[in-house]
Amino acid sequence: MSLIKFADVSIGYEGVNVLSNLSFEINAGDYLCIVGENGSGKTTLMKSMLGLISPISGTISFNDGLKQNHIGYLPQQSKIQKDFPASVYEVVLSGCLSKGFLPFYSKFQKKTAFDNMQKAGISDLKNKCFRELSGGQQQRALLARALCSTEKLLILDEPITGLDPIAAQELYTLIKQLNHNGITVIMVTHDVNAAIVNASHILHLEKETYFYGTTHTYLHSDIGKRFLVTDCPCDNCQKNHRGGV
Amino acid sequence: MIAEMFTYNFIIRAFVVGILVSLCASLLGVTLVLKRYSMIGDGLSHVGFGALAVAAALNIAPLEVAVPVIVIAAFLLLRISENSKINGDAAIAIISSTALAIGVFTASLSGINTDLNSYLFGSILATSNSDAIMCVILAVIVIVMYFIFYNKIFAVTFDENFARATGLKPSIYNMVIALLTALTIVIGMRIMGTLLISALIIFPAITSMRLCKRFKSVIVCSGILSVICFFAGMLISYNYDTPTGASVVLTNCAAFLVFWLISIVKVKITKSKTIRHINL
Ligand SMILES: Nc1ncnc2c1ncn2[C@@H]1O[C@H](COP(=O)(O)OP(=O)(O)OP(=O)(O)O)[C@@H](O)[C@H]1O
Ligand SMILES: [Mg+2]
Repeated sequence: MSLIKFADVSIGYEGVNVLSNLSFEINAGDYLCIVGENGSGKTTLMKSMLGLISPISGTISFNDGLKQNHIGYLPQQSKIQKDFPASVYEVVLSGCLSKGFLPFYSKFQKKTAFDNMQKAGISDLKNKCFRELSGGQQQRALLARALCSTEKLLILDEPITGLDPIAAQELYTLIKQLNHNGITVIMVTHDVNAAIVNASHILHLEKETYFYGTTHTYLHSDIGKRFLVTDCPCDNCQKNHRGGV
Repeated sequence: MIAEMFTYNFIIRAFVVGILVSLCASLLGVTLVLKRYSMIGDGLSHVGFGALAVAAALNIAPLEVAVPVIVIAAFLLLRISENSKINGDAAIAIISSTALAIGVFTASLSGINTDLNSYLFGSILATSNSDAIMCVILAVIVIVMYFIFYNKIFAVTFDENFARATGLKPSIYNMVIALLTALTIVIGMRIMGTLLISALIIFPAITSMRLCKRFKSVIVCSGILSVICFFAGMLISYNYDTPTGASVVLTNCAAFLVFWLISIVKVKITKSKTIRHINL
């Protein structure tokens, strides 16, 4: 059964559609990458999935026992104020909050926060002030926070923005590993090359239309061929390609 | 001198109530300042004044009218501030000045009331026993609730969208914040006066934010500062026979200036250190 189902969904702001008539299903264990030009509505789609904006028409349903507090989320831009006094540890810990009803953090939650700071490579920044970090360091802290609240689904909006190439590679490896362990991943990205290597499914948004399917079919679709600079790496295509030349 | 001060019952009462109110105001102040809701405290106190004036004119117990009116106004103002389509600042200004006008208007119709004067400028030394007990109970409720919801308040203050996306219900916690603010205003009004209570809310928060860089340390620092400033203000007020509310606000202002200067000096020192480093 699908984890998230979009049934004829249209989304937009103030009654003006940004995306129209989307229908697709995301299954548990999928690794979905959402690609498309700037302003094509990727972030808007994410927000509707998270319930931050409600669709103009159609329904988005969570199945398979997926609840809002099973989701980890790394926003593209947070409206975090420049002058907010908070340590990295406090920020990361706040990701654990969606679970547990105690007024204080449990030992387990603290350990989760530590482990995720380690994964994001920011253990040494624990007591630093969040607003005094570099852009990439802030991104890592927010990633650690997202990991803390991830139980079934991890939603990332352009996660490698501001990361150096090594950190970006580490991030991809980490996400792949989480996906192997059964976490469903949905990632908005402009790094199409990494997307076709890692993702099991691709959602490509365009002005009037969209593509949703497995990475393999995407590579063979017209929309994919137009958007991608590289040729499809699969054996069949390489053979055809050589044959054609 | 100080020992002599504490032989008076009404002074001890004033200290107990004042310290608790200062503590409440400083805790909530951090949240309100960070949420950019500083003006809500100010608006609410004016609404409170209007409610008290009307209650006095109708001869109803003032707090029984003020508490529900301020709580409702708090929810309303929070809604307005959240709704980006309405200009929040302007809406708060309109509501608060209208409430103030209603208060003054009713007061003049029903004859000048000395009690109203004490609500404008506070009357901590004139608090009755029953008032003091009420203040203490409300203050303890506010402080306990604040600590119960502390982590959640941090989460919705820091990043409301993330909180909502991961299943927290920010609207609930915003309501809690509104409720606690309303209660703080009610009790603060009694002792500091409607015109000065917002200073008690805003000053400790912005003062400690000059130097503290963690949420927890900002909270702790504001609480301590607020109590110290209240204490100092009361001493000044007692010794020089100055109005209590104004003295407390001025000590808060002095603390802010000190912290601000220290933060400037600190920046200068780090800068000169790095410059020396480069020269080497
Ligand atoms: N808060 C908003 N109110 C009104 N329109 C908006 C709002 N946010 C985005 N839009 C519009 O919706 C469209 C899609 O925006 P969205 O942020 O989803 O794009 P995106 O695909 O994430 O782009 P990018 O690659 O730059 O992140 C844009 O045309 C934008 O102008
Ligand atoms: Mg985007």
